[in-house]
Amino acid sequence: MANDGPETKARAGANLDTFPKLLVENARIRGDRPAIREKDYGIWQTSTWRQAEQQIRALACGLAALGFEPGDRLAIIGENRPQLYWAMVAAQYDGGIPVPMYQDSVAEEMQYILEHADARFALVEDQEQVDKLIEVMDRCPKLKHIIYKDSRGLEDYRLPFLHSLEDVLEKGRQYDTEHPGYAEAKVAAGKGSDLAIMLYTSGTTGKPKGVMLSHDNLLITARNGVKDDNLREDENVLAYLPMAWVGDNLFSLCQSYVTGFCVNCPESSETVLTDLREIGPTYFFAPPRIFENILTTVMIRMEDAAPFKRKMFRYFLDLAKRVGTRILDGKSVSLKDRLLYGLGDILVYGPLKNVLGFSRVRLAYTAGEAIGPDIFVFYRALGMNIKQLYGSTEASVLITSQPDGEVKPDTVGKPYSGVEIRIEDNGEVMFKSPGVFVGYYKGEEATAETKNADGWVHTGDAGFFDQDGHLKIIDRAKDVGKLNDGSMFAPKYIENKLKFFPFIKEAVAFGNGRDHVAAFINIDLEAVGNWAERRNIAYSGYTDLAGQDVVYDLVQECIEKVNADLAEDEHLSGSQIKRYLILHKELEADDGELTRTRKVRRNFIAEKYGDLIEALYSDKTHVSVEANVTFEDGRSGTIKADLAIRDAAATAMKVAV
Amino acid sequence: MVEIVVSSPERTFGDALLSVDGISLSFGGVQALSNISFSVRERQVLAIIGPNGAGKSSMLNVINGFYHPQEGTITYQGKTRSKMKPHQAARQGIARTFQNIALFRGMSTLDNIMTGRNTKMHRNLLWQAVHIGPARAEEMAHREVVENIIDFLEIEHIRKTPVGRLPYGLQKRVELGRALAAEPTLLLLDEPMAGMNVEEKEDMSRFILDVNDAFGTTIVLIEHDMGVVMDISDQVVVLDYGRKLADGSPDEVRSNQEVIDAYLGVSHG
Repeated sequence: MANDGPETKARAGANLDTFPKLLVENARIRGDRPAIREKDYGIWQTSTWRQAEQQIRALACGLAALGFEPGDRLAIIGENRPQLYWAMVAAQYDGGIPVPMYQDSVAEEMQYILEHADARFALVEDQEQVDKLIEVMDRCPKLKHIIYKDSRGLEDYRLPFLHSLEDVLEKGRQYDTEHPGYAEAKVAAGKGSDLAIMLYTSGTTGKPKGVMLSHDNLLITARNGVKDDNLREDENVLAYLPMAWVGDNLFSLCQSYVTGFCVNCPESSETVLTDLREIGPTYFFAPPRIFENILTTVMIRMEDAAPFKRKMFRYFLDLAKRVGTRILDGKSVSLKDRLLYGLGDILVYGPLKNVLGFSRVRLAYTAGEAIGPDIFVFYRALGMNIKQLYGSTEASVLITSQPDGEVKPDTVGKPYSGVEIRIEDNGEVMFKSPGVFVGYYKGEEATAETKNADGWVHTGDAGFFDQDGHLKIIDRAKDVGKLNDGSMFAPKYIENKLKFFPFIKEAVAFGNGRDHVAAFINIDLEAVGNWAERRNIAYSGYTDLAGQDVVYDLVQECIEKVNADLAEDEHLSGSQIKRYLILHKELEADDGELTRTRKVRRNFIAEKYGDLIEALYSDKTHVSVEANVTFEDGRSGTIKADLAIRDAAATAMKVAV
Repeated sequence: MVEIVVSSPERTFGDALLSVDGISLSFGGVQALSNISFSVRERQVLAIIGPNGAGKSSMLNVINGFYHPQEGTITYQGKTRSKMKPHQAARQGIARTFQNIALFRGMSTLDNIMTGRNTKMHRNLLWQAVHIGPARAEEMAHREVVENIIDFLEIEHIRKTPVGRLPYGLQKRVELGRALAAEPTLLLLDEPMAGMNVEEKEDMSRFILDVNDAFGTTIVLIEHDMGVVMDISDQVVVLDYGRKLADGSPDEVRSNQEVIDAYLGVSHG
């Protein structure tokens, strides 16, 4: 480890295998350093490690005074607040288990989790959450105490089971003086194998499952991450993602306790971008959606800038795209480009990163879903070390990430220290690591389905390793099929590649049990429309534009690029798109073709457009179609069109040496 | 099984904070108010309702000294006053918001609310302009009060945004913030929920009740939305064509035949 001196010695001396032990140690060796900040009343209010320890100790004692016992579960509901993070460790202090829950859940969802988790205690942020709990309290007979942080609006409630956090802290300090040695004994009694937390995963199907993680799971994983990513005591992170999500737990709690870095809580969920700029985090996590939104905002604002600024921005952005990532990866770049990039850093990249709050970012992660290569490359070109990470709740987050200097937009990188990965015959990715969860609470059956006797866990994702040993996730394992010649067919992977082109809005790929892959394409009316206007191509609407030969040429180019990409992979080379057509209408949620979250409903489309699919797999070059559509005002009508079907050129696979 | 009943305890009010007695106001030949009397007790929420032109806004303007009635007396905090200017009313702890938002559109939320502290600032213009020593310390103290209000009204995210760019509902909230900055004893709200959608109305109702609850502020408000009025007021005064039709608890007013007639539009023969 890069860190020296007391920390290493202390770690060697004491066995810091639980959060409370780490807390005490942090208060001892870095008591005056900031542990957590919260913006409140317009000012960043700092708590040091010593203050944090005092608060947590008082809260742990206060909970004990209320009758909180080892093994009890403390539900924690609210936005990212220091007091709520402290509550997690306070529960662990007493040998209990914190259960953070999503603060925007409706009362019924909360009731299910409270009941399932057997929570006797809940610590919540404010009146909003208290009201929700009171609403379901008669259906949660086990819930006995509710503690609230913010007393606003709660003065008149006067319910015996309702306590303000201040009262509990006060009780705790009293309990502490009356029971000397209690707190110390509690800390010493904790073991690494004890349960540290229960996290409910918001399953897309069925009821949420309670993932049980031990102190060892979290702390060993956190330490491995700290080592691999070289994180230090002086990092600053912004804690703005839900506390109930395992990622926030790892980044904002576990890794902070392991290294002693400072966690910053935004003022409210609406001020995150302002707070981000004020804090200037050094270590940052965001799902692709957020990076995408920030980029879009930048681009829109640049459109309104003065012509000179706009030109300067374009010039340096092009330069950055050409050489920025190479510089970041430590590859050779000509002296002239290097000097120009330096100038660009002064004129464009530096100020831009400063406005976005990314000036100090040493390491940024994105995960959750595929990020568009353009977005990914944009940030890297600016000199921001953004990487992709692959993880899951069942792994205490970390499975793979991209090592420095080996970042590629379409892989999730290499396994973290201590993580083993293997690929099943059906393409499913399995892993084994120190972070592998203990089990699902009250779900032995589900645990056995996910984790086998040797500790290998099913991810449900299909993937493979590329030539450089990077893991590539292509699709959910259950969606991956096979072509008739046996090659792998991953529809979502192909569709995502197509959708990364701005001209293509939606794509649906077919091929399972067929001889080759064929695709439906939806063009992006705005992007293609703009393109057409600039070329003086007249069109009357979507159907007309989509049917034009030049548009087919445009789309064909995209498809052939995707084919060339696919050809680079020995696993996917066989699934190049051979024939395609551009649909005469946009796929719509109103017509049942997309889900409300705009995901393609493949089976429904296959059924609805059966004729078109048959035509794709015949040798016809045209197919006529008549479809019922629902207009936005609720009326329905029919669209008649004659669609062209085209063949796309395949790229020969490069022979692997 | 836990028996859960959340009920606020019986609301208790203090002595009369403001009494208006026999107020008549006319502009030329137009009789805006005639012989109006009612009183507000400390910590009460009182609503003045009535159709357009009933004299509601005139009544508020009389209370905060903007209009001077030809007849009648106003007793505020035990003192009967004759003529008073609006800034004197402000110094005595009466703050108000306006039917048409009256904020400084080019200034930020923070600065707008800061202007509400005006009557509490004691350093003169010169001190404030050079911004050193006592003036600086004073500004910091005021800023703290303002930040508390920003927190209270949950408008942290627009602290630095010019109010002209804010949606209507938020502007209304900023205006409430500015009124609160004066730490009023009596808060006058002129149609605080006009033009709002249901959700914004719910938010505003909650803020009004919270202000009343947390600071013990007495509130007199004018509102058209009967549902809201009945939900949040302790006492309702109904005006029609400058006359007082009814005065009582929401339930009493709701069942008053004259009020029903006025609202259903019985012709005034």
